[in-house]
Amino acid sequence: MRLLLTFLALLALPILPAEARTIVDSAGRTVEVPKDVNTVFAAGPPASILVYIMKPEALTGWPRALRPEERDYIAEPFRDLPETGRITGRGGEANLERVLEIEPDLIIDFGSVRDTYVDLANRVQEQTGIPYILIDGRFENTPEALRILGEALGVPERGEALAVDVEATFARIEAILQDVPEEERNRVYLARGPEGLETGMKGSINTEIIERVGGRNVADDGGATRGLVQTSMEQVIVVNPDTIVTWDPNFYGMVFDDPLWQGIDAVQTGRVYLSPTAPFGWIDRPPSLNRMMGLIWMAGLLYPDKWQGDLREDTRAFYKLYYHVDLTDDELERLLEWAEGRPPL
Amino acid sequence: MGRGTTTTVRLRPPVLTLTGGLSFCLAALAFAAVMIGPYSLSPAQTLAALLGQGDRQAEIVIWNIRLPRVAAALLVGAALAAAGASYQALFRNPLVSPDILGVSAGAGLGAVAGIFLSLPVAAIQASAFVGGMVAVGFVTLVASMVQNTDRTLTLVLIGVVIGALAGAATSLLKVMADPYDQLPAITFWLLGSLAAITTEDILPALPIVLIGLVPLALLRWRINVLSLGDEEARALGVEVGRTRFLVIAAATLITTSVTALAGVVGWVGLVIPHIARMLVGPGFGRLLPVSALIGAGYLLIVDTLARTIAQVEVPLGILTAVIGAPFFVWLLARGRQGWS
Repeated sequence: MRLLLTFLALLALPILPAEARTIVDSAGRTVEVPKDVNTVFAAGPPASILVYIMKPEALTGWPRALRPEERDYIAEPFRDLPETGRITGRGGEANLERVLEIEPDLIIDFGSVRDTYVDLANRVQEQTGIPYILIDGRFENTPEALRILGEALGVPERGEALAVDVEATFARIEAILQDVPEEERNRVYLARGPEGLETGMKGSINTEIIERVGGRNVADDGGATRGLVQTSMEQVIVVNPDTIVTWDPNFYGMVFDDPLWQGIDAVQTGRVYLSPTAPFGWIDRPPSLNRMMGLIWMAGLLYPDKWQGDLREDTRAFYKLYYHVDLTDDELERLLEWAEGRPPL
Repeated sequence: MGRGTTTTVRLRPPVLTLTGGLSFCLAALAFAAVMIGPYSLSPAQTLAALLGQGDRQAEIVIWNIRLPRVAAALLVGAALAAAGASYQALFRNPLVSPDILGVSAGAGLGAVAGIFLSLPVAAIQASAFVGGMVAVGFVTLVASMVQNTDRTLTLVLIGVVIGALAGAATSLLKVMADPYDQLPAITFWLLGSLAAITTEDILPALPIVLIGLVPLALLRWRINVLSLGDEEARALGVEVGRTRFLVIAAATLITTSVTALAGVVGWVGLVIPHIARMLVGPGFGRLLPVSALIGAGYLLIVDTLARTIAQVEVPLGILTAVIGAPFFVWLLARGRQGWS
């Protein structure tokens, strides 16, 4: 047994390629990465989007295969990448032998950098000998995440360019919000699920976009609970949001007819908005860089007079810069109609 | 069993031959399992890697991924089957599985709480272990306070109650968990999996399982007597309460330590003792080792399937149920043959 342990310990020592670089990730871990990173395994859906945006040719697969309506919005060769599962949490779906067979230069996870994930990253790195980088997935950290990833993937210019773009968008919104006192901001409810009765509490990663874009999340209990919660119709009536955002077409389809929802301010004034979800959700699902598109969209919805932007041009530019696709007029039209409440399904 | 009786002639292979044969089959199975995996390696490459002569990638696959996993499957399978056999003898009921006293529900709650609090992996496993032990401790404590003549029935009922409570708390945490990071991890844990298991995970569980097996082996005669019923056991001079407590403690220790390692793996502890009983009869001295050997082989086969049949990992709990459930129905259809 001792011999076995010694042997394992020896194996765990990284046998470094001749030229390696050092990257400090968001968790403060120092990770040696090869000089040229040509293949990357994304540990989960948020990471896959980040890697796809940064350097699509390095992505080795999607955590889950793309759905038909999503495929048009991913550049040609990459929409056919295989499904590889995810390494999120103890005993994820990804098979480590398959990960090794892909022989990625790097594994990237984008999201929580709490203890469980730090530990998991260390374990997988030791077990497979593949460097594993953790990047903090909070919205405010987006520019930093882009810079770290650009550095790690050997495309620092692209990382910097995108980070500057994100910072500019953040700054434009913050400039608007300076003149809008807290109590005048829209009271927004994020409706999830077919009943619309699932929501994210203020401070959860799923609703960060509401505060970022200058709304107030009505699901706020002062920070006692975080994450997604199930709520009741009665509570929705009590908080009476003036704006509702959802991506669920079923909920969107019924909310204007369901008698229970008719008393809600947002429904009476028609301020219920459906977010497109192709290739990824605009406001969430998953919480990754795709939320930048939602930020642009929602800024126009919440501050139509102050926000300088044309959704048509902004969408085209965003899909080009981030998703590497030149939208045809037809594809762009489908997205805009979707954002106006007519999903293509 | 068989003490002083010369009339019982059983047409069963001698136990030593049987356990020897099973051990040999198990070794062969384990060797085959190390050869099989999604990362394609020829038998020659596998052997070279085993001997430390392969290329680096192959050695990582064999030593860091496959060997720990095969070892874990053997350990977990053997432990669950041994614990199942003990509980079935203790409760004189063939429908009993190791989670009858709330072990799985308690361990599940402990692990889910650990995942929810974003603890490191080792702490999640420790939390699962503590959860399982506390649940069963609580069950035995409450049962000892309830005045009821049928101790066994009381234990089982309170086990159901505590299990339901722990299940409710688990559901609450699932509702509150982060859907992207934590919920998939929780779901996977509750279905059981040996994916990404490392040698460091197995090392703490191994001695605990062995420590739990010793009293079970030593108490084999008393466990046989217990399975005749409390009255008869007392008449034969067995201290029923203390023996029952020891068996529960040992079997719980075994179950909890492997549940903390692998998550909730159902069916093994229920089905395997039946197969063992068909082979060697209900005598606990023979039932225990044979159950453990068959359990180890069964889980090894199931886990090898789990890591090879699909592009992604299939949770163990799903496969053990899909294979175990029809088999169990078939066993029931054959009648009560094999149960003393």
